[in-house]
Amino acid sequence: MIDWQPIFLSLKLALVTTILLFFISVPISNWLASSKSRIKPVIEALISLPLVLPPTVIGFYLLLAFSPNSSLGGWLKETLGLELIFSFEGLVLASMIYSLPFMVQPIYGALSKLPPSLKEASYVLGKSKWTTLLKVLLPNIKPAILTGLVLSFAHTIGEFGVVLMIGGNIPGETKVASIAIYDEVESLNYGLANAYSLVLLALCFGILLSVYLFNGGHFKLNRND
Amino acid sequence: MIKLDLHKSFKSGANSFTLNLQTEIKEGSFVAIRGKSGAGKSTLLRLLAGLLSPEAGKIQVNDQNWFESATGTNLSIQTRNIGFVFQDYALFPHLTVKQNLEFAADKDADKEHVEDLIQVMELNELLDRKPDTLSGGQKQRVALARALVRKPSLLLLDEPLSALDTEIRIKLQQHIKQLHQRFKLTTLMVTHDQGEILRMADRLIEIEDGKIVADGKPTEILGSKALSGKFSFNGEVLSIEDQEFISIVTVLVGLDTVRIVLDESERKGLKIGDKVIVASKAFNPILYKL
Repeated sequence: MIDWQPIFLSLKLALVTTILLFFISVPISNWLASSKSRIKPVIEALISLPLVLPPTVIGFYLLLAFSPNSSLGGWLKETLGLELIFSFEGLVLASMIYSLPFMVQPIYGALSKLPPSLKEASYVLGKSKWTTLLKVLLPNIKPAILTGLVLSFAHTIGEFGVVLMIGGNIPGETKVASIAIYDEVESLNYGLANAYSLVLLALCFGILLSVYLFNGGHFKLNRND
Repeated sequence: MIKLDLHKSFKSGANSFTLNLQTEIKEGSFVAIRGKSGAGKSTLLRLLAGLLSPEAGKIQVNDQNWFESATGTNLSIQTRNIGFVFQDYALFPHLTVKQNLEFAADKDADKEHVEDLIQVMELNELLDRKPDTLSGGQKQRVALARALVRKPSLLLLDEPLSALDTEIRIKLQQHIKQLHQRFKLTTLMVTHDQGEILRMADRLIEIEDGKIVADGKPTEILGSKALSGKFSFNGEVLSIEDQEFISIVTVLVGLDTVRIVLDESERKGLKIGDKVIVASKAFNPILYKL
């Protein structure tokens, strides 16, 4: 009988990660889209790094950084009581780093494509940068926001390497669906591995299909893209 | 009274130039700004709006310092309270016409004033439409109304009518003129169109390479001195019929057309679309009461 807990844990991880990531990515993207700073290429490269780096590399360094023996890990444990190794919180943080480009890229891209006069018109009408971002810029890049949300969500569900490195395989805490599949294959339970895989396959296909349907205008949500 | 003393250096492609402008603009005047592209016309408007900052100088509007490099004063765009109409209209695509106007209005906005603008700009029919569904002229009317919602002290128009065809342009010129008279707005308009300048502006500033090269009454700068001041209209050549010894030229003046007979020497070099002045040299115009 299939244990649904890893699936729910995957969904929970993806949901929490996506929500937190959205609130972090909007200011980052807005800064990238309007900044002419010299360090901008460095920031862009850092954000895109998870796209090309093996997840195990990220996982390995996060493992070192979060370990209670390291200065950061020790400090986190002492001051905030936060242990990021082999815990759900650690998974969330690692997933956020790992999925960051999937949220930032579409939002950043769409913001830079908006005509500068939209922002300027809002400023001239007396609106602050913050109001302009919330009421003018973001509503005009809804398709990109949807893309960012869904890609981050789906990418987090599909994550394996980082999770394995810093989360391990603790049922109910860090044993997400992708780990469960690996686990079942290791124990030669191909039937269960297949069940988990099918659920993930259907889930991810469904999510992506809905994005393409929405953004393709099939539901007439956005006419500005 | 607006006092300007602006310095800023620019690099546009291979050539760089320095903007160096000193002038004063009387309250309530309508100033046209003309010059080649890249001369610094739009830059002047953007400096006034605060979208760009000069390197040195001073912007003083009605005794209030908006910018002064000596004291480090630089009023933010938001607090300058200007009306700015962008070349691409810059209407917010996700909002209806009504919402675009409401966005501009502060919480304590004067509702009657907004209603008034809707009437003057004839926007009643368009209120629930999104900008995407409007024609160029309609978008421009919305952009103008939106720029005036906050009762700005200064209206800046960056080639507002250049993308529109003649008939709509003339109608909008009347609209702008009407708004200017009604709200006594100091207005600066960047434009290339001579007819537009003559019809609307009481002062023309010509800019070349960031410097003022001509400044005065539009008729003095643009008009030919050989013509009498009795009778002179700006128009555009619509058609030319060449006959045996003469040509009949149809000229659009405002929304009316006039037909004028030319001899061969006068016809030379004239083509459809040319901007012309229709004027009289020797006779007195007659007036009939309608």
